[in-house]
Amino acid sequence: MSSWLHIMIFIPFLFAIGVPYIYKQLTPRIHTGWFVLSIPLVIFAYLFTYLPNISEGNTFTETVPWIPAYNINFITYMDGLSLILGLLISGIGTLVILYSIFYLSKHREALNNFYVYLLIFMGAMLGLVFSDNIFVLYVFWETTSISSFLLIAYWYEREKSRYGAQKSMLITIFGGLAMLAGFIMLSMITDTYSIREMISNSADLSTHSLFIPAMILLLIGAFTKSAQFPFSIWLPDAMEAPTPISAYLHSATMVKAGIYLVARMTPIFGGAAEWFWLVSGVGLITLLYGSVNAVRQTDLKALLAYSTISQLGLIMSLLGLGSASLYYGVGTDSSVYAMAIFAAIFHLVNHSTFKGCLFMVVGIIDHETGTRDIRRLGGLMHLMPISFTLTVIGSFAMAGLPPFNGFLSKEMFFTAVLNVSTMSVFNADALGIAIPIIAWIASVFTFIYSMILVFKTFRGKNKPEKLGRVVHEAPIGMLLSPLVLGSLVIIIFFFPNVLSQYLIKPAMNAVLPTLADTGEMKVKISAWHGWNTELFMTFGVIGLGTLLYIYLKKWYRIYHLYPENFTLNSVYDLCLVKMESLSKFITERYMTGFIRDYLIYIFSFIILVVGGAMWFFDGFSFDPSKDAPANMFEAGLMTAMIITAITVLFSKTRLTSIVAVGALGFLVSFFFVLFRAPDLALTQLVVETVTTALFLLCFYHLPQLRKEVSRIQFKAVNAVISIGVGVVVTLVALSANGNRLFESISSFYENSYELAGAKNIVNSILVDFRGIDTMLEILVLCIAGIGVYTLIKVRLGGGDKNEEAK
Amino acid sequence: METLMSILVGLLFAIGVYLILTKTLLRIILGTSILGHGVNLLIITMGGLKKGGPPLLGIKNLTYADSLPQALLLTAIVINFATTALFLVLSYRAYKVLGTDDTEQLRGIKDE
Repeated sequence: MSSWLHIMIFIPFLFAIGVPYIYKQLTPRIHTGWFVLSIPLVIFAYLFTYLPNISEGNTFTETVPWIPAYNINFITYMDGLSLILGLLISGIGTLVILYSIFYLSKHREALNNFYVYLLIFMGAMLGLVFSDNIFVLYVFWETTSISSFLLIAYWYEREKSRYGAQKSMLITIFGGLAMLAGFIMLSMITDTYSIREMISNSADLSTHSLFIPAMILLLIGAFTKSAQFPFSIWLPDAMEAPTPISAYLHSATMVKAGIYLVARMTPIFGGAAEWFWLVSGVGLITLLYGSVNAVRQTDLKALLAYSTISQLGLIMSLLGLGSASLYYGVGTDSSVYAMAIFAAIFHLVNHSTFKGCLFMVVGIIDHETGTRDIRRLGGLMHLMPISFTLTVIGSFAMAGLPPFNGFLSKEMFFTAVLNVSTMSVFNADALGIAIPIIAWIASVFTFIYSMILVFKTFRGKNKPEKLGRVVHEAPIGMLLSPLVLGSLVIIIFFFPNVLSQYLIKPAMNAVLPTLADTGEMKVKISAWHGWNTELFMTFGVIGLGTLLYIYLKKWYRIYHLYPENFTLNSVYDLCLVKMESLSKFITERYMTGFIRDYLIYIFSFIILVVGGAMWFFDGFSFDPSKDAPANMFEAGLMTAMIITAITVLFSKTRLTSIVAVGALGFLVSFFFVLFRAPDLALTQLVVETVTTALFLLCFYHLPQLRKEVSRIQFKAVNAVISIGVGVVVTLVALSANGNRLFESISSFYENSYELAGAKNIVNSILVDFRGIDTMLEILVLCIAGIGVYTLIKVRLGGGDKNEEAK
Repeated sequence: METLMSILVGLLFAIGVYLILTKTLLRIILGTSILGHGVNLLIITMGGLKKGGPPLLGIKNLTYADSLPQALLLTAIVINFATTALFLVLSYRAYKVLGTDDTEQLRGIKDE
């Protein structure tokens, strides 16, 4: 039934339950993180054992029934793509938790919250990448959004944290809902909830009318999660989270979920022109937008946030470009474009290593100097040599320089955009040439902000007067995690083909299954491939980038040309404010706080729904033929009732109206006698007597009836509504009387003597057949009694205004 | 008879609803009381009127009046009494504490 993989997904959730107890028992003796550390480590080790199997092209499926009635089962599916993300989640998770042990003080911070949220996220993210059922995937997808919300708002006493958390929540949950709609459409097209089955049925999907809507909705989900333009605005604000979280969720794993989704769905949608242009177009715009904006940031984490946006755009655009290979089917052409997919997955891994490293170093700088503001930093090179080295490794990898892994994937990115510029399908010939140009400009800006990160922070003059403290290198425990990532950056550069064989190729086969079967792809990564265009593009990036960096002050002013009011953020804020005021406006229109208005809604609803239904379905019928005959006595009683009821309506004094209502009650009991209901008549007599007595008791304390000074309009509305209700009730009664669909079931109770030993049928129903109902009715009476008693007896603070007045 | 009763019930409903829609607490309570009578009569009318004797097995009859609506009503009358009593005392207290029996003045404070 279950499998180890299922257990691995749920271990973080289960452990999260125990974290608060550990925290309570052992703080401040031992940092809670040490206990949590074992979880991702175990998961990583477990997933690592799959490597040989997966690299041979095997996949693994396990099913646990969840809602079998609706064919929703928790199916785990492991192939190269999910394994690569699983390893990233658990691997970087381990390093991040190790780092957080030194980053978060065990004396000051609420570690229990931190690790519970972190574990929830980890479990959800693992579930997301390993589930095959779209609804299970959706549940995990939203769980990552919620845990991200909680983690951004970790320092919830800060206003900016709350703002950032709300923003990320609104945007990613909105995207998640769109994605759910897309999933449902997709399941309607393919008639299955399993992604694998969708892929195998995907042959002639593109002709279906829901194909494009499903694609767009899915992409909204992916774009919001992966912070693609214009949904990217949440990511910079998410930097209010503690730095380990920024490193983990907002650069290495969660924001890759959208990339994962696009990669997963490529076999279904790939090959369509819309998919190609949407994914690569949005990716390229995001790449440019992120890199250009990163340069203007003065906060190191904001700079990294925009750089993450830009790098995510790069990966996204590669996936889009690579989807062209599905158009060509199988052959040399397709494998040329398939290289883009390879580059995307390669860069996904590389980005996680160097960006994780950079975030951790920035966290260290923040931790040691107390600021992340570039304008206050400088000259840290001699004070923090290890951090400096790590920043150089991370930034140069990001800028695409050798000997770091970023160089390899950047070169492959250039190859991919150059290939596409000569592509002849999807109308690419017109726009194709623009793609390498955008890519190149974005790379120049990437180079500039990478240089800013290194040189503005570590070179120049130290400004201790601005920091107000003596800066020294971080403790070794804190440096350990970025050191691991930093060495990976270099190791991958020198041995890319090991990574490629064990991880990236199987992952690519998962994205392009048709190509995998033919064995057409022969991938070999090498750092040197001759004096080709890509290399000259890199030279150009370095040359222009260096020039622009040196003269940054001269052209920096162009950023101020863009008006503040037209940024995406101000649009978002404006929308939020307008939505709030609009909903407040609407609510205040109908929530008046005046009980009569609410009653008007209720009664109008009755009239409209019941009366309307009768009108539309032609439900009225009138058949007096079976009526029992009426005699003079009964007619007299009716007249008396009508008179008393109208008296209540028009009476000017309390006494008259109370007496009239009492009389009405007694007349009702007469009717009960006539209708052969002796028990009812007796009860009604008793109750009516007590009620009238109660009325008289209370009325002594209640004010004299005032003549209602209301406008005629007020009275007219009341009259119309009440007459409407009366008419509708009469019509319903008449129709019900004329339409008896089946015999009364009361004949069953006529055996009451045999069944219950009672000769009074009504009483036996109450105390025997429906005994529990009667018991609960007595309970209601008790509650009302207690209510009456309390209202009379209990005096809750504050004087009674009219105690003496009466 | 059923037809006449239906019209009577409609009238009781109309008067009850009109009283409930006014502003004075006492009138509202009287309105609920009248509405309750209307409902009771409606239910018993729907069971069919004057067919057979009272549902007592001791009296030998060929047929008995429908016993189920009667059982329902017995419950309804008592519950009606309980709610009326609660309403009365509630309005009495509301008047004592707040000094008004006008529902328009009893409306909540603006903005929570």
